[in-house]
Amino acid sequence: NNDVRSEQEVVDVGADEILVQVRVLIGSLNSIFKRLFDWQLSGPDYKSTKGMSSPSTQFVTSRRMGVYEPLHQIGMWEDPFKGLTSQHGIAATTIVEVDGLDKPDYTSNESVGPSKNDQEASIPNEKVQRRLAQNREAARKSRLRKKAYVQQLETSRLKLTQLEQELQRARQQGLFIGSSALDSSHMGSSASLNSDLAGITAFEMKYGHWVEEQHKQNGELRNALQVHITDIELRILVDHGLKHYHDLFNMKADAAKADVFYLMSGMWRTSAERFFLWIGGFRPSELLNVLMPQLEPLTDQQLLDVCNLRLSSQQAEDALTQGMDKLQQSLAQSVATDSGNYGSQMAAAMEKLEALEGFVNQADHLRQQTLQQMSRILTTRQAARGLLALGEYFHRLRALSSLWAARPCEPA
Amino acid sequence: MHYQTQSWGGYMAPRNMSVDPLERIQKLASENAVVIFSMSTCCMCHAIKRLFCGMGVNPTVYELDEDPRGKDMEKALMRLLGSSSAVPVVFIGGKLVGAMDRVMASHINGTLVPLLKEAGALWL
Repeated sequence: NNDVRSEQEVVDVGADEILVQVRVLIGSLNSIFKRLFDWQLSGPDYKSTKGMSSPSTQFVTSRRMGVYEPLHQIGMWEDPFKGLTSQHGIAATTIVEVDGLDKPDYTSNESVGPSKNDQEASIPNEKVQRRLAQNREAARKSRLRKKAYVQQLETSRLKLTQLEQELQRARQQGLFIGSSALDSSHMGSSASLNSDLAGITAFEMKYGHWVEEQHKQNGELRNALQVHITDIELRILVDHGLKHYHDLFNMKADAAKADVFYLMSGMWRTSAERFFLWIGGFRPSELLNVLMPQLEPLTDQQLLDVCNLRLSSQQAEDALTQGMDKLQQSLAQSVATDSGNYGSQMAAAMEKLEALEGFVNQADHLRQQTLQQMSRILTTRQAARGLLALGEYFHRLRALSSLWAARPCEPA
Repeated sequence: MHYQTQSWGGYMAPRNMSVDPLERIQKLASENAVVIFSMSTCCMCHAIKRLFCGMGVNPTVYELDEDPRGKDMEKALMRLLGSSSAVPVVFIGGKLVGAMDRVMASHINGTLVPLLKEAGALWL
């Protein structure tokens, strides 16, 4: 269960982070494209001048440089995001002015030849020709690589923009509602999430110990009832047993504060026990049905009292059930209708959910009261038998759950 | 000097606005055998109403969120109960019984029914 919860936490926290990263990537891609325009038309010099010199003069002199440029810049195509931190401001003005002079052209660079000849006049012609051919070939290959690379970048940018839109949409639809809460006070909210998780983990551990202790106490009761111990000693065991249930209800109250839904789901109990779940635990009326056969013979007064208890616990149970039904109805209504104001609608729904903890507490209170009233009605010995019967009942339910889980699979 | 107020069921707002909210609560509580202070949106209040109805009792209910002086009465009840939730709270025979947990405990331990009979809210 812990894994499921932390996954959800990651999703909620991650949405905002993903959105931020997506936007950073898109920004980076945009500046790469701008720098590509720069490199096409000017040398490395342009980057360092920060747009101070006139673009037209740069343009004329750098065309000569343009042939060599790709050779030096090959490494850059492999690592698009290297060295991106500085250059953002330069590009915009460049492109506007450059456009006036010439369009960025990735495939042609015809004017190289003649100027090359002027420079290289002193070197023998064949070597010059060979060198020129090699340069042209290298330039061509570089241009092709650059073209492919730029296409890749374009595709990535498109994908990232689509992703950004999807995330925005999903966020608006409240799929990542957790992330906006974490936004405002990141440390605070994640701290409370962590403490909720810690609370549930602690509860699961304590409950595990509780079940073990319960098993031990059952054994003690069984022995005590078989041998002839005094009522006083038996009373101590009975009080011990009642206190043990009291401890359980206190544990559950703490768990309800940490995660009421977890408690109500009954995931902390075995499957067969969960089948009988009513507001996070056993039904008080069920308790009486389990105990009654074990307690005969009862005096007339006891019978009357037990009947009254049966009736009153049933009435209390029904009242709480109706309260829960009303809560469900009310919550469904407030979530179903679109009030147009998402924030206040959610706030109202949250307020309704807070009532759940109250119901779980009242249900446990009812269980506690029912147990105590039973112990008042019964004699010490009867109470001891009752506690043992109850303990064994839950033990058998737990065993049933294990057997069920381990049953051989039927052929399809 | 207190103005003689209309009963709440008459739907006329009492003229004297300076009555201490706690006094008002106690006055209203003494007017009927079973009096519940509630809020229309509160589901625990709904549960307590259903409990009494299920027992055959017809309680008098005051919805504080529908009362112009409800806020003050709410605060007074919170102080009275020493709790952060003012409602539901039950008075029987003019005397304070308490919130849901007290009401349920007294029902389970068998003291609620005699109390109701004494106040004339239940007949055998």
